[in-house]
Amino acid sequence: MALETMKFPEQPGSDPDLEMGHTLMTQQRRERLIQTVKIGVVWVGLIIFLSIALLQFNFDPAYVFKHFGFVLQGLPITIGVSLASIAFATVLALLGAVARLSNNSIAQGISGFYVSLIRGTPLLIQIYIIYNGLPQIGTALIAKGLPQIGHLFILNAIQSGILALSLNYGAYMTEIFRAGIQSISGGQREAAESIGMNRVQVLRRIILPQAVRVIIPDIANQFIAMQKDSALVSFMGIWEMTYRANRFARQDSKFMEMFVVAAILYWLLTIVSSWLEGLLEKRMRHAYER
Amino acid sequence: MNDNDIIHVENLHKWFGLLHVLKGVSFSVTPKEVLVIIGRSGSGKSTLLRCLNFLEEPSSGTLNIAGQSLTIVPGTRYDHEKAVSMRLNTGMVFQEFNLFPHMTSLDNVIEGLVTVKKIPKDKAIPIGMKYLQKVGLEEKSFEHPIRLSGGQKQRVAIARALAMEPKVMLFDEPTSALDPELIGEVLDVMKQLAHEGTTMIIVTHEMGFACDVADRILFVDKGLIVESGTPDQLFSHPQDERTHLFLEPIRKVQQM
Repeated sequence: MALETMKFPEQPGSDPDLEMGHTLMTQQRRERLIQTVKIGVVWVGLIIFLSIALLQFNFDPAYVFKHFGFVLQGLPITIGVSLASIAFATVLALLGAVARLSNNSIAQGISGFYVSLIRGTPLLIQIYIIYNGLPQIGTALIAKGLPQIGHLFILNAIQSGILALSLNYGAYMTEIFRAGIQSISGGQREAAESIGMNRVQVLRRIILPQAVRVIIPDIANQFIAMQKDSALVSFMGIWEMTYRANRFARQDSKFMEMFVVAAILYWLLTIVSSWLEGLLEKRMRHAYER
Repeated sequence: MNDNDIIHVENLHKWFGLLHVLKGVSFSVTPKEVLVIIGRSGSGKSTLLRCLNFLEEPSSGTLNIAGQSLTIVPGTRYDHEKAVSMRLNTGMVFQEFNLFPHMTSLDNVIEGLVTVKKIPKDKAIPIGMKYLQKVGLEEKSFEHPIRLSGGQKQRVAIARALAMEPKVMLFDEPTSALDPELIGEVLDVMKQLAHEGTTMIIVTHEMGFACDVADRILFVDKGLIVESGTPDQLFSHPQDERTHLFLEPIRKVQQM
């Protein structure tokens, strides 16, 4: 609680003990503020240093300003692909975690296989298999007289990108969800069972709402990582930020200029995401604060 | 068994791996009776209570609770659904409270009504308030558990169990996790329930309280019921040497 909103039972000054506490808290706040300002100065210093260093070595700022907007136009695609993928990945991860923790051997087997396979192969290979490999199966199915099913295997670049990122992050997040669910004490499950709730009710009403609060920072981390991994879908010719930067970089041999622009945009995007996550975490912590 | 019994347990066994925790326990509870189970730590008294609402799966034996009966035979399939339906006849209060931290007191109390009994929320809320009032906490109904003291948490937990209107209330060391100054308020609520004729089975180390409210006391040692009787019989005239050894130091303290 902020100091100025605190209400004291007595008038300030009437109690020397309270006055002392007041003074100490003000002092602590001032020290923290000074520390924050100092850290900020270091950041600004580093940015200025890097900018000056770049400008010494044949870096063309005019080119940056000219094409900044072009790269920026890829931002909505980056955000859109990441949002869709994190949503699907969350669903996959939830199913994966519940399957892993179930007593059903088939569910356990499928989930374990999925996590092992996806975590054991590079994301880029997965993208290639989905975008370039699956149409091979699709074409074969169409040739066999199954056009409806065949067409399901032929995905456009955006669909392939979202599918690959969802499958990939779903596997990693399965482990996050599993750990989150297991972190909720057994007493919670027992209490819920003792009032007659079945397994699904216990999970949905008692375990998951608590587990989600635990894993929000991890999910946010995954989302931030995904925003950057979405750069890999540029290999399929999706006009997101990396693809756009690459286009001019190659054409005019302005690699440093264009990729610095792209890097800065990714960086800003992740900073905004972290900030939003902080707000969300604060909101969700509400019930646990005295 | 007697037709009047609300609980009848016959030859109940429980193994944890190779550990034989309950070695053939049989007893009955009549309606409105307050049964207190005492014994040393590790004697099996908590396990016995937890078998009554199937938080522990009994290894063998017969449980008859409020007219529903389940016989567990080792090596045959355990009837999980029957166990879950029988569970609704009992309400459980835990040593560690186990309130749901993401819900307010009121939401804790009505959770079972809404989710399990499918009572609409607007009808469940007055029921929830009635039980919070019963434990003296209606003014805390919109607080989350973290803002409650240990004693208040346990009283909400009691209200949560009562709201499901079980036939029998089970208390598993309800005051063992509480600071000494908070024990009284929980015991007061339990005494009030006893006076109102609630059937209760209580595992506790609070011997003074046990003497006060118990109609009958079971002394459990090493997985067996050693002796059973009124508080006076057990405390003043224990028949078994083991009961005597367990209760003697407590009697000396109380006489001081």
